[in-house]
Amino acid sequence: MKRIESTFDNLRKQKKKALVAYLVVGDPDLETTLDLMEVMVSKGADILELGISFSDPMAEGPTIQHAHERALENKTTLSDALDLVIQFRKKDSTTPIVFMGYMNPFEAMGAENFCSRAYKSGLDGILLVDMPPEESRNFTRAASTNSLDLIRLIAPTTDEKRIKNICTDASGYIYYISVKGVTGSNKIDPVEVKSKVNTIQSMTDLPVVVGFGIKDADSVTSVRDLSDGIVVGSALVSLIAEGKNQLSDKISNKIEELSSALLSE
Amino acid sequence: MTEEHPILPDSDGKYGLYGGRYVPETLIPALEELDKQYQLIKQDKNFQNEVSNDLKAYVGRPSPLYFAKRWTKQLGGAKVFLKREDLNHTGAHKINNTVGQILLAKHMGKKRIIAETGAGQHGVATATVAARHGLPCVVYMGEEDINRQSLNVFRMKLLGAEVVSVTSGTKTLKDAMNEAMRDWVTNVDDTYYIIGSVAGPHPYPEIVRDFNSVVGEELITQSKQEFNKDPEVLIACVGGGSNAMGLFYPFINAKNVRLIGVEAGGLGLETGKHAAPLNDGKEGILHGMRTYLMQDESGQIKETHSVSAGLDYPGVGPEHAWLKDIGRAEYVVADDEEALEAFKELTLIEGIMPALETAHALAHVKKMAPLMNKDEVIVVNVSGRGDKDINTVAEIEGINL
Ligand SMILES: Cc1ncc(COP(=O)(O)O)c(C=O)c1O
Repeated sequence: MKRIESTFDNLRKQKKKALVAYLVVGDPDLETTLDLMEVMVSKGADILELGISFSDPMAEGPTIQHAHERALENKTTLSDALDLVIQFRKKDSTTPIVFMGYMNPFEAMGAENFCSRAYKSGLDGILLVDMPPEESRNFTRAASTNSLDLIRLIAPTTDEKRIKNICTDASGYIYYISVKGVTGSNKIDPVEVKSKVNTIQSMTDLPVVVGFGIKDADSVTSVRDLSDGIVVGSALVSLIAEGKNQLSDKISNKIEELSSALLSE
Repeated sequence: MTEEHPILPDSDGKYGLYGGRYVPETLIPALEELDKQYQLIKQDKNFQNEVSNDLKAYVGRPSPLYFAKRWTKQLGGAKVFLKREDLNHTGAHKINNTVGQILLAKHMGKKRIIAETGAGQHGVATATVAARHGLPCVVYMGEEDINRQSLNVFRMKLLGAEVVSVTSGTKTLKDAMNEAMRDWVTNVDDTYYIIGSVAGPHPYPEIVRDFNSVVGEELITQSKQEFNKDPEVLIACVGGGSNAMGLFYPFINAKNVRLIGVEAGGLGLETGKHAAPLNDGKEGILHGMRTYLMQDESGQIKETHSVSAGLDYPGVGPEHAWLKDIGRAEYVVADDEEALEAFKELTLIEGIMPALETAHALAHVKKMAPLMNKDEVIVVNVSGRGDKDINTVAEIEGINL
């Protein structure tokens, strides 16, 4: 069974929700990223989403934009990110890893080339923010021949007909963007999230996770029961932005805060 | 004329390989709606009348076709005619597009206008029509461009627009476009994004081309009157490619007419410091479109350089990418120095001070006209006037104003 599927299976058996933690590869350097990945998992992150830096991250708010800039200052590449997965897999063979990024760096490596290298490195899925299903033929094919899940985004503006189409060739899980806006936005509306997630769940058996605007115990509590998991990005990245001093403690506290908020009744 | 040019974009919003719609999911429904509304309204007689009335009474169209007699004589070859987009209201071709798009925005019930700008000409053209229609307007502009185009920044403010300084990335046009996209994703329900070139996700390249095509359409009539044939050569500068597309498109099926786009050569192609993706770039995806881009081997977009802010962009409209591949249009470069020389030359010999963007097209006229026969005709698109660039030129000359 693929790692993403078995992770959600296990969580479901324990009646738990997934905590998906996001950070940008190479922010502030590759070694720190590897350390933080391990810390996150040890404190309760169930899935890791690794941001792949791009010069023009169109859907990111300032916090994650700056993380991309820091990673690029170090000349972090997609190849480096694949090597990082190889390193991580030496110690952890179960936690799913998903790359989240923009198409151009992936295209530059080539869909087939990337996907076959990714599979060999131990990557589980890809999520390309600027790749709607209509433009995804190459990556859909390459991902499926290499056993990678292709995570799809659904937005507040996506209507039912589109949701249905998107679900048809999605795999792994569905990522529901909880707000109209960029990452780090602040105005999540649980009522709206609930009704949209219900619609999605009526059209697919895949797990649905909710992201954008979740940053602390309170916001976790407000959306916890509506889906199969939550994604936290900017709140973690903003700690990384503060510098390496006591970073791993800060990340570990934050993950603990979020995962206990996910658990409490 | 045996082979008719196919009607593009196709139903996927593509020009061959290029174009398409590579944007976050949140924007896809908005782009579908925009496409639907645009396809309907462009057939509508009332809308067509409204646009053409505005182009006539507000913009001042048709723009003249001017025979540059002294310059022609000096160059000693082909007759050079100038299509005078610099005489439009606000001083560039950009207003042709904004006049049309704002009517579309109003028709769609949008309450707020946003735009990106490089040289500030598109920002001014957008702020102008927003003022006229009483809609609030936010213009995103790179910090570096704000510094080199301060006159246009003040113009936009006088017109009531809010100018937001963009400090991310390279602080130029591409980053302004990212920021405008971010605004649009956030305010997609009530906001209309007026993109300023034949770039971005489908249907923008089509919409902007169509509204600028009035330039080439007028030229068809004017050519008959002035020299009773099609011109041999059309020349325009290419940033995103809207003034070039507007000039070229009505001549696409006139295969005897050579179409030449001039990209910014910056400090020279060999230095890598330029803004010429069609000459020295690679296919990729940026700002919602597949096109030629300036990028490194890892797919990161490279910093560009041009003396003119309006050409300082690492991508190009997808239809140009396609016209290049099929060989219907040719794309060349003129560097900073050649552009500055052409800027001065036209000013001195014809009393017409062109924009630095336009000056790139003029630089190519200087290379080409002398090699042509005296009975042949070049039409060059004078996409804008040069007042906005006086500070830049003075600085290069070491003159303190
Ligand atoms: C006068 C002028 N010409 C040309 C351009 C380049 O744009 P495009 O290639 O879309 O015509 C600009 C852009 O700002 C401009 O101001």
